[in-house]
Amino acid sequence: MAKLEERQALPEEDLRGFFREMLLIRRFEEKVEERFRAGDLPGFLHVAIGQEAVAVGVCRALEERDVIASTHRAHGHTLARGTPPNAVMAELYGKVEGCSHGYGGSMHLYDVARGNLGANAVVGGGLPAIVGAALAFKLRGEDRVALAFFGDGATNIGTFHESLNLAQLWRVPAVFVCENNHWAESTPASQQLPIHDLEQRAVAYGMDSMKVDGQDVEAVHAATRRALEHARGGRGPVFLLCETYRLVGHYVGDPQIYRPKDEVPRLRETEDPIDKLRGRLGLSDEEVEQIDREVTQIVEASVEFAKNGTDPEPEDALKNVYA
Amino acid sequence: MPELSYREAVRDALATAMRRDEGVFVMGEDIAEMGGSMGVTQGMLDEFGPERVRNTPISEIALVGAGIGAAMQGMRPVVEVMYEDFLTLACEQIVNQAAKHRYMSGGQLKVPLTIRTQGGAGWSPGAQHAQQLEAWFVHVPGLKVVFASTPTDARGLLYASIYDDNPVLFFEHRTLYGIKEEVPEELEPIELGQARVHREGEDVTVIATGRLVHEALRAAEEAEGEGVSVEVVDPRTLQPLDEGTLVASVKKTNRCVVAHEAVTRMGFGAEVAAVLQHQAFDWLDAPIERVGAKFTPLPFAPVMEEWVVPQADDVLAAINRTVGRNGH
Repeated sequence: MAKLEERQALPEEDLRGFFREMLLIRRFEEKVEERFRAGDLPGFLHVAIGQEAVAVGVCRALEERDVIASTHRAHGHTLARGTPPNAVMAELYGKVEGCSHGYGGSMHLYDVARGNLGANAVVGGGLPAIVGAALAFKLRGEDRVALAFFGDGATNIGTFHESLNLAQLWRVPAVFVCENNHWAESTPASQQLPIHDLEQRAVAYGMDSMKVDGQDVEAVHAATRRALEHARGGRGPVFLLCETYRLVGHYVGDPQIYRPKDEVPRLRETEDPIDKLRGRLGLSDEEVEQIDREVTQIVEASVEFAKNGTDPEPEDALKNVYA
Repeated sequence: MPELSYREAVRDALATAMRRDEGVFVMGEDIAEMGGSMGVTQGMLDEFGPERVRNTPISEIALVGAGIGAAMQGMRPVVEVMYEDFLTLACEQIVNQAAKHRYMSGGQLKVPLTIRTQGGAGWSPGAQHAQQLEAWFVHVPGLKVVFASTPTDARGLLYASIYDDNPVLFFEHRTLYGIKEEVPEELEPIELGQARVHREGEDVTVIATGRLVHEALRAAEEAEGEGVSVEVVDPRTLQPLDEGTLVASVKKTNRCVVAHEAVTRMGFGAEVAAVLQHQAFDWLDAPIERVGAKFTPLPFAPVMEEWVVPQADDVLAAINRTVGRNGH
């Protein structure tokens, strides 16, 4: 259990693709923070800066036919699953062109055509439906896997426990990806978890479990591939624990008074998944700048797209209540 | 025409849908070998096997949530929640998830899930096994709510609920499982949103749900003997509500009693009364009377329980109040 999953060598071209995608997500979320602070964006927002390697490593391992459920910290998962930045940004602006057509917002990003069954604003709320989706795949003999993202905080809620129990009991093709960023909103592990090793929670249900360095995208990708193979092969669900770091507050604007002052600067220095991958690939400053320019342009364009999007009619609020 | 009990009618709707459609399956606690704690699914394991008649752990959250997930993948699961009191455990999944996926996704998803459950007093189970909570779910946009009071209705409405593309809460009443009725040879689906006029009358309309439909019919017989002609209408689906039929009936009789077993305060009858006062204000000759349980948890002792929940006499007394026979 304690053993960290090793990464497997991927072609450099794939890793460069991962780098570009992680940087795109980073720039996208930085832009989201900026536009929120400028008062452009309604509601409230959670960004996952620091957790990009989990989003990209996991989603790049999925097949197109697989499905995911995401969390309130969903921008990275959604972009990594293939939803165009324009559609995500337009959703944050509450526009018809958004991936949930203005009905969802940051915490309810959906893209069903791309296998995204939705981000969930209730902690742990999406897990039971992932068990049900996996059950449907199993009953119909379909070669598909359903995967849930959630955080360490969610391992304390009933939906998590009932879902893991049922998934293992029925051996459905599901993967449970725990992003352990060590903070449940403002509450540290020491105040919300009586155990250190979260894998014990899956093991308690007899579930196969894996642990991986969530800041190492290659390792996340390799572990996810193995978890998916296991689930797809009819051997039951897998719990995949990704040790990661939230390099920002719980929500945009969070003063983080609960967090030691030196923690974030230190982690940004040592645990930034983008820096880590850059080092591994040995990218030059010029190469990084080139990629950065490209993704920044995509992000800027998404803001323009969103600003020029269509506002829903107020009366559209009455649509989509029933099928 | 065959005669079916209410229990058999529910089972027949399930089995008919499952024979027709591989995408329909049932899951719940103790529903397989045991056939459900109310015996509704007895025999179904033998016909359909354990993949489609699934026993589950005592996990209402996961049970309902798994139904949501399977429904979002295009299946038509029917989940049995053993007692409607236990819906409280699954409320997060019902209220935040099932009811809202379609909406939050801007119309990308459908959740064709049916949640069957039952409740109702009259057998002294105490405070946690007989509540009537149907009104809670009428308050949640995105859900449909059905309450069947007869075998024919249970059969036709459940079948329609299974084939509805929305999450449906399907309420059965514990004390009605044994009642029998002649039903159509071939199952006839009953469209959700259509009330049933059980008995026509001229002086007072009683709008009743669940067990109170039968209490209302008894009260109507008695009132008839005293020269008061009573119309009894069962909305059958609380959401969507067949306002047209209810309003038309009250415009004819000019008086109305609403009756359910759930507590009166914030009950379904309050909503019906509001609809009627707005749409039939000028036709009303008396205040709308409400009949429901007293505002207390259900007590255990039979004498207390019977006093708390409404009976035919309570409906009759309300009828008499609307026609100015307060002395009765």
